[in-house]
Amino acid sequence: MAHHSPGYHDHYVGPEPRSWWTRYVFCQDHKVIGIQYALTALFVGAVGMVLSWGMRLQLGFPGQFSFIDPSRYYQAVTQHGMIMVIYLLTAFLLGTFGNLLIPLMLGARDMAFPFVNMLSYWVYLLSVLVLLASFFVPGGPTGGGWTLYPPQTVLKGTPGSDLGIVLMLVSLILFIIGFTMGGLNYVTTVLQLRTKGMTLMRMPLAVWGIFVATILALLAFPALFVGCVMMLLDRLAGSSFFIPTIVQFGQLQPHEGGSPLLFQHLFWYFGHPEVYIVILPAMGVISEIIAVHARKPIFGYPMMVLSILVIGALSFVVWAHHMYTSGMNPYFGFLFAVTTLIVAIPSAVKVFNWVLTLWRGNIHLTTPMLFAIGFLNTFLIGGLTGLFLGNVVLDFPLQDTYFVVAHFHMVMGVAAIVAIFAGIYHWFPKVTGRMMNETQGKIHFWVTFVGTYAIFLPMHYIGLTGVPRRYYDFNNLQFVPESVHSLERFVTVVALIVGAAQLLFAYNLVHSIFWGKRSGQNPWQAATLEWVAPTPAPHGNWGAVPPPVVYRWPYDYSVPGEAEDFIPQNRPTLQAQSAGGGGGE
Amino acid sequence: MPQVEERGGLGGTRDRGGRGSGGGGGDPGAPGAFPLPTAKLGAWILLGVVTVIFSALVSAYLVRMGLPDWKSSPKPGLLCFNTAVLACSSLFFQRAAWAARKGEARGVRTGVRLGGVLGVLFILGQLLAWGQLQSLGFRVSSNPSSSFFYLITALHGLHLAGGLVAWAVVSARPTPLRIELCTLYWHFLLAVWAVLYGLLLLT
Repeated sequence: MAHHSPGYHDHYVGPEPRSWWTRYVFCQDHKVIGIQYALTALFVGAVGMVLSWGMRLQLGFPGQFSFIDPSRYYQAVTQHGMIMVIYLLTAFLLGTFGNLLIPLMLGARDMAFPFVNMLSYWVYLLSVLVLLASFFVPGGPTGGGWTLYPPQTVLKGTPGSDLGIVLMLVSLILFIIGFTMGGLNYVTTVLQLRTKGMTLMRMPLAVWGIFVATILALLAFPALFVGCVMMLLDRLAGSSFFIPTIVQFGQLQPHEGGSPLLFQHLFWYFGHPEVYIVILPAMGVISEIIAVHARKPIFGYPMMVLSILVIGALSFVVWAHHMYTSGMNPYFGFLFAVTTLIVAIPSAVKVFNWVLTLWRGNIHLTTPMLFAIGFLNTFLIGGLTGLFLGNVVLDFPLQDTYFVVAHFHMVMGVAAIVAIFAGIYHWFPKVTGRMMNETQGKIHFWVTFVGTYAIFLPMHYIGLTGVPRRYYDFNNLQFVPESVHSLERFVTVVALIVGAAQLLFAYNLVHSIFWGKRSGQNPWQAATLEWVAPTPAPHGNWGAVPPPVVYRWPYDYSVPGEAEDFIPQNRPTLQAQSAGGGGGE
Repeated sequence: MPQVEERGGLGGTRDRGGRGSGGGGGDPGAPGAFPLPTAKLGAWILLGVVTVIFSALVSAYLVRMGLPDWKSSPKPGLLCFNTAVLACSSLFFQRAAWAARKGEARGVRTGVRLGGVLGVLFILGQLLAWGQLQSLGFRVSSNPSSSFFYLITALHGLHLAGGLVAWAVVSARPTPLRIELCTLYWHFLLAVWAVLYGLLLLT
């Protein structure tokens, strides 16, 4: 096919799958790997959700459910946080969307290194299995909080301090190795395998978001890797990287002279970029969906790209805003408060551009669009409370209260998961050739959206009264008013209802795979390349024809004078046609 | 990156695909949108990630050193010899890369073989150095500086062990690109070790 246009490479290395085994299990096709990531991440996400129910039952109805003892409660809190942030959000937003979208949207036949890509999934699966195994070892999983702060995670007395913490750290190390294999692919593919005409500034914003988030992850995860290895040595080899001299239960512990603060720096040097690793792909997905379902070009495309880059760069100089109260030098606090508040500017640029894309658009309130608008909403509300917490003076009374819990759940928990749902409803027809049920999707959206507000708005209030997070029980605390207790019960009930709505989503997902309405090639009339490929896309994505050639940016919607309200990226421009080009279609 | 300027504008009025309009697939030896082999770019990114890992380690080391109770621990003299072994290993790989460029199969074979064997020798030497340090009474748990010593040398050793996997692949089917990438990896190993060793010696 190289003869079609000179200097044009059209080989791909992923072998054609020949058996059931290599087609569905040990498959090097990026689409299958994306689906494998999706199923695994959704499964562990469900585990994380069930853990949150356990936590909520104890908070809403203290002591009435005997199976939630303090140890189990702390384990649920810890594992819920870890599972949701790392094994669901990071894995889904980068693993699934990265694998499914990058090659298809860029007109590539597969990832740059398909074999390494396949290994990436299997190492991820291994890390998930190690994590889940920790639930079945003596002592259970670690209960030291998802931030794994030493010394308490390692010391006896903390739930899971014998085997749970070891498995947790091993699982994280495996996750990082697996992610690095995938991340190498995403970055290399974006840089090298774009089809003819797909310049960087013609890439869809979803690819931009995934691309920059992957770079962030490749730069941030190593800090966590080093932190995990060091803590593993502390736990297993008796070193004292993070464990200071401690007298526990009247006994001098063997460790001496370690620095817990050092771990906090390593953890948050990873932990803050992690927020953007999760939210940048979500922002990209939302940009696609808003443009398609409002039938309008995205407003301010160059500024959208620039703001992604600026957010990415700033994310590395704000980490210590998680440590204002840790006893670090107060001047640091001033510095990090300034950088933290500056992040609000590119974030606001993005929200502004999304709103202006919607402005006077031909808005179709489909399920993906509802979720996308839901994302704008929760991201904005969550971001606003971030302005409170970013200020050192306000952070001192608010830190470690439910106000913080409400803030980060809104801005990176709910917003990111809502973006995942939007993406699933939007690209489901691409993956399966069938539509998901709209009515069930809308019920799912409204229960989830209203439900999250019902859960997290009261939590802001609970936090403002000074109720600390992570406590098993605060029934006998004088300062907690009765209103807080009734709100806790309310939140628990809503959380169970929102959980039930996710069962409806699961039913819709499975049912639509087999019995959904046939979607056709391009049900949303979108202009990006993934809809040019056959549905479902074959191995190699573009069949026997050469990959499409790109002539225009990805957002040619409602162009005046055109018969249809969208122009696919591979339709030649008038100039290209008159110049005799345009062999790409 | 000339592509950046070539955005098609709202209507996509300009349609040049750009010089580097990449391939539709993933032949790692073929140049893509940027004029270098895709595998080479992948290797550079991998080495970038490894650089960040060691930077995180070094900064943790420097922070820990700054605390008042820091005590230095002895460094086995064997490390000096090991460093020379690693340097020779790197040189042999370079010789193999040069030979590959000239198409001399024999030079390639000796270079790759000797380079890899010296790499294994380096790891054995490091293990011996660990033994010496332990016989002096400095174990992983003894004090922070010896903990760091074991951690730093272990991670560098693992990094080299990863290189030995690449070495096995190259030995099985040496292509010029593979040899070049393996050489790059070995030079990187040497450079990282030079920084780490210098840091250990100075502190």
